[in-house]
Amino acid sequence: METLTTFLNSFLPEGLSAFIVIMLKIVAILLPLILAVAYTTFAERKVIGYMQSRMGPNRVGPKGWLQPIADTVKLMFKEIITPTKASKIVFFIAPMLALAPALAVWSVIPFWDGGVLANVNAGLLLILAVNSLDVFGIILAGWASNSKYAILSSLRVGAQVVSYEIAMGFALVGVLMVSGSLNLTEIVQAQGGGLFGWNVFPLCGLFVVFFISGVAETNRAPFDVAEGESEIVAGFHVEYSGMAFALFFLAEYASMILISTLTALLFFGGWLSPFGHLVADIPVLSFILGDGFHWLLLKTMFFLFCYLWFRATFPRYRYDQIMRLGWKILIPVTLVWIFGIGIAIAYGWQPWL
Amino acid sequence: MTLELFIFYLFAVITLSSAVGVVTARNPVYAALFLILAFFTSAATWVLLEAEFLGVVLVLVYVGAVMVLFLFVIMMLDIKIDTLKEGMVRYLPLGLVVAVTVVAEMIFVMKSSTFDRAIPEPTPLSTNNTKALGEILYTEYMYPFEIAAVILVVAIIAAISLTLRRREGVKKQNQSEQVKTKKSDRLRVVKMGSEQRTEKRMEERVEQQTGDRT
Repeated sequence: METLTTFLNSFLPEGLSAFIVIMLKIVAILLPLILAVAYTTFAERKVIGYMQSRMGPNRVGPKGWLQPIADTVKLMFKEIITPTKASKIVFFIAPMLALAPALAVWSVIPFWDGGVLANVNAGLLLILAVNSLDVFGIILAGWASNSKYAILSSLRVGAQVVSYEIAMGFALVGVLMVSGSLNLTEIVQAQGGGLFGWNVFPLCGLFVVFFISGVAETNRAPFDVAEGESEIVAGFHVEYSGMAFALFFLAEYASMILISTLTALLFFGGWLSPFGHLVADIPVLSFILGDGFHWLLLKTMFFLFCYLWFRATFPRYRYDQIMRLGWKILIPVTLVWIFGIGIAIAYGWQPWL
Repeated sequence: MTLELFIFYLFAVITLSSAVGVVTARNPVYAALFLILAFFTSAATWVLLEAEFLGVVLVLVYVGAVMVLFLFVIMMLDIKIDTLKEGMVRYLPLGLVVAVTVVAEMIFVMKSSTFDRAIPEPTPLSTNNTKALGEILYTEYMYPFEIAAVILVVAIIAAISLTLRRREGVKKQNQSEQVKTKKSDRLRVVKMGSEQRTEKRMEERVEQQTGDRT
């Protein structure tokens, strides 16, 4: 990266070359992300297929591997229809508003030690804030569609997301108390020292709360009241077609990957290896078993798999029970847990350090 | 013009024009959207001032939570735009009085000794913004902070108790009871011997079938 910067500096003004380097970094993050989104949809259909004793898609390309590309091409060439009396501007802004925050959050996610676009010191708060903007896309899509089903869905989602954001925020408070920082790189570094340094052990309750509210925030099964087919047709995106419809899905899967990555970073040591320093001296093994991006990838993929697993396993929650779970169970659990951590820190009992 | 100044002016222009949009937009949903944009760009201005904690919290609290509920309410209201425009002339004098008062107050405040002075040079923080705020909030301003928290809790309880209504004769679901239900509460397994067919019933059946055919 430094060589590229110096090369660009040799014939361009400094501001412009910095701009180009940042743009290249953004592309380097977003391209694999969008590819990952495409193949997450494929993985979802395959995994759920096998869980239900079916094959899943297997017609396009070898073993169905070109299915997501075929889907993308199909969606791109479909006509985009706007409903009559729909609020045109908001109707088209809504999918962008859903997608933009889901992609913007990735700017502060560290992939390995130092492998981050913007190493801001309030990274965790920034993620929480930008993630909370996601809901506008859905709410506005429902309103602008001028459809009763769509607005019912968006009202449900709005209330659900706002409720679960509180539980999620409290779970993150526990993380920052233990690691003493809001910077994601520092949070991961605080979990060093192998498997038992990971935050998931002192914070196992908060981890469960975080992941459950993460599933609820992304409107995935079993919290997918946004698209209850039986009662409100398809939900907030009933009136959308073609690429506008695809953007909502892109956003949903991008935030799924984000929540999985965050879980890995905050509770499971991110790119740190579970073996810690045990394997640091062994010549070949240290490369594979030592710290590195592949561990983050592996952990993220596990949590993504959990998402698909949940979808194939659990029936959809009833709406009032979703609210009960969020307000009466998850939030009290986090409050008690934070109080416990507070006492532990105040009296210096820190078995995890 | 430096890059920083350019960004500042960009955000300032967007903030001001969206603030104008809030009061001029006819559709209340558009007004709320302009308000969101205004919040967001002023958060960006705060980040430019190196107050990144405040900026992020502004987005988190106002844009992410308060405005969602705002939009919620506005979307559910049945608003007729022509009735909104009624009474412009009637309320104009009162509106003008309020506007003049607010402008006058702002001028007095800005001209007071607290604000009307040379801009101090920013002192670079030794630790990061969030840490510095936390330290001062939990030491120097401990009591005001706690009192604010208590007031907020009282407000929450008041809001809940205002909206909480128990009506007689309404069928309600008791969720915690429903969740705690066990299989044994709902399901009774009955042992039954296999059915013994008597001769007579068999005959009846045969008769019925032949009857159907004819």
